[in-house]
Amino acid sequence: MRKHKRYCTAFILLFILTLFLLILNLCIGSVSVPLLEIPKILAGNSSDAVSGDIVIQIRIPRALAAAILGGALALSGYLLQTFFHNPIASPFTLGISSGAKLVVALVMVASLGYSVHLSSWMMILAAFAGSMLCMGFVILASRVINQMSMLIVSGVMIGYICSAVTDFVVTFADDENIVNLHNWSQGSFSGITWDNVAVMALVVAAAALCVFLLSKPISAYQLGEVYARNMGLNVRTFRMLLVILSSILSACVTAFAGPVSFVGIAVPHLVKSLLGTARPLLMIPACFLGGAVFCLFCDLLARTMFAPTELSISTATAIFGAPVVIYIMIHRKKERHA
Amino acid sequence: MDDFYFYTEGLTVGYHGVPLIKNIRIHLKKGEILTLIGPNGAGKTTILRSIIRQLTPLGGIVWLDGKQTAQLSGKELSRKLSVVLTERIQPELMTCEDVVATGRYPYTGKFGVLTEKDRDIVQESMELVHIAELKDQDFTKISDGQKQRVMLARALCQQPDLLVLDEPTSFLDIRYKLEFLSILQTMARTRKLSVLMSLHELDLAGRISDKIACVRGDRIDRFGTPEEIFTGGYLPNLYQMTVGSYDELTGNLELPRAEGDPEILVIAGNGTGTGVFRKFQRQGVPFAAGILWENDPDYSSAHALAAEVVSVKAFHRITPSEIERMKHLAEQCRYVICTLKPEEMTDLAADLKTIAAYAESLGKLTPPERISGFSY
Repeated sequence: MRKHKRYCTAFILLFILTLFLLILNLCIGSVSVPLLEIPKILAGNSSDAVSGDIVIQIRIPRALAAAILGGALALSGYLLQTFFHNPIASPFTLGISSGAKLVVALVMVASLGYSVHLSSWMMILAAFAGSMLCMGFVILASRVINQMSMLIVSGVMIGYICSAVTDFVVTFADDENIVNLHNWSQGSFSGITWDNVAVMALVVAAAALCVFLLSKPISAYQLGEVYARNMGLNVRTFRMLLVILSSILSACVTAFAGPVSFVGIAVPHLVKSLLGTARPLLMIPACFLGGAVFCLFCDLLARTMFAPTELSISTATAIFGAPVVIYIMIHRKKERHA
Repeated sequence: MDDFYFYTEGLTVGYHGVPLIKNIRIHLKKGEILTLIGPNGAGKTTILRSIIRQLTPLGGIVWLDGKQTAQLSGKELSRKLSVVLTERIQPELMTCEDVVATGRYPYTGKFGVLTEKDRDIVQESMELVHIAELKDQDFTKISDGQKQRVMLARALCQQPDLLVLDEPTSFLDIRYKLEFLSILQTMARTRKLSVLMSLHELDLAGRISDKIACVRGDRIDRFGTPEEIFTGGYLPNLYQMTVGSYDELTGNLELPRAEGDPEILVIAGNGTGTGVFRKFQRQGVPFAAGILWENDPDYSSAHALAAEVVSVKAFHRITPSEIERMKHLAEQCRYVICTLKPEEMTDLAADLKTIAAYAESLGKLTPPERISGFSY
């Protein structure tokens, strides 16, 4: 019973934080919009047309994107941690984000060359192809490398290689497009349109629903492959689903916002500590909300801290995410030795 | 084979298409315990893994409840068979109850939410293995012995007819070893649960098992009751023991004897000598012992450790030839020790007193406690 109370409190807290940060993201910026103005703008009867446009055309899509993609990233990290039984696995540390980034950059540059407009779907598809490619490498590597830390190191290396090639591609791209591409390849939620939001919402919602439906097999898999199999789980299919879903989720993020670091590791850990349980049924929705909160908060900082200069989103997520990861790793080590 | 709940037909197991153990034929009735024994690396785990479908058998059939396991779905199999394996699990933030409850997996709905009935079964399983009080404790923070019992409760919670355990007692201390096996025995007896396991502890295997299968080389070398297996020096042979000795009746293990002419003669009996024999073995001192009836508790260790044992068949009288031999040994040895008290050497053992007196007359009779300080 005490536990149920804790779960409820945690979820209420996450909901309130999400709403609060969403609203903050709408109000704060180079043009500050008073809180009471927001409902008017949403209802379409605001007197201030400029701030109305800013909120509707720029801030709302951006805030929604931060929330949706943050959630997707946290879920993707959670799935990878489950897959590899490794607490520091995430799309970023395993090089999957960078793989997606590389393929998206290639496709972008190619399309710019032929001056074809890339649809959101094409971007996602390209990112998904890149994710799966790197995922394939990492899974092959994991067959040879038994040590988890070494797997992460090899993932980071793959990430660096992909980033290097991306930089190379970006450098040789057409001058006028470099700025845009450069921005994106550093990771940013800027320039998101309503069209983008609709597509990402659709993809992420579908993937997140599938993940939620997998919560029972995930709970079996937490006891290890052997026991999971004895519980009647088809481990091969299950693992395939994990890979595909986590790739879709991280691909979606990379396609629209570029690589975003540390959310995938930090959020599942923070959420787990908040809930005090690892039950997937609770963890999956909580991770999504947690990712949304984390990214909304980080994007707010990235936008406003050194305004009008905008930081890359990864700068903010790293500042808050990396220490959390280090703290948790030290803490876990202590626990295990005690 | 119809009356067997579980049996294998020409089962061949191995890795990557290379057969390791061929043509395995073992069978088990409801409520019976079958134990696999054999040297390290013989393939006990491989056999178990193939039976529980973690490994694909290279040939042959595993029958369970009249059906071929290869044709059962994962869910069907999981309702008939559960496992306790050597894999150590590290679940995060799971209480013991959570871990046990995972055993309900094959029975719960789409989201794995436990019903009232599931909770009752979880509770009952925990009580069966006496871990009800660990319910809310974090699984990673309990002792190995407790973990193993939690894993057993988890397996029971799955309500199997066949329980497969891979070396379940390896990490347990003697108290938990006995408790654990006694729970298995009770389950087998009262719930007609069939148990298939591998054990390292031969003495325990000989006590708990209805059937024992000995894995040796590329086959099951012997399959039978413990009485059939633990006879005729088979076990030292199975394990290819070249050092020390193993007593099949008592499960007594002894290190190799100190070789050479005996330097000390020990007049022992009634279990008073074994400790002294072992001490001399540790010090590397060859000794002789006598006169022991072959049913004396000291006889097994004397037989294993002494350079020479003067013995009499069980329930027989001592004859002059044994007394002569003892006197001769007393003359040869540097010291003679008598571990028996004078009042113990009466009636049939009165001859021992005579030998002790003879040793004293030679000036060689030494109290046991004086020997401890010797260096050789």
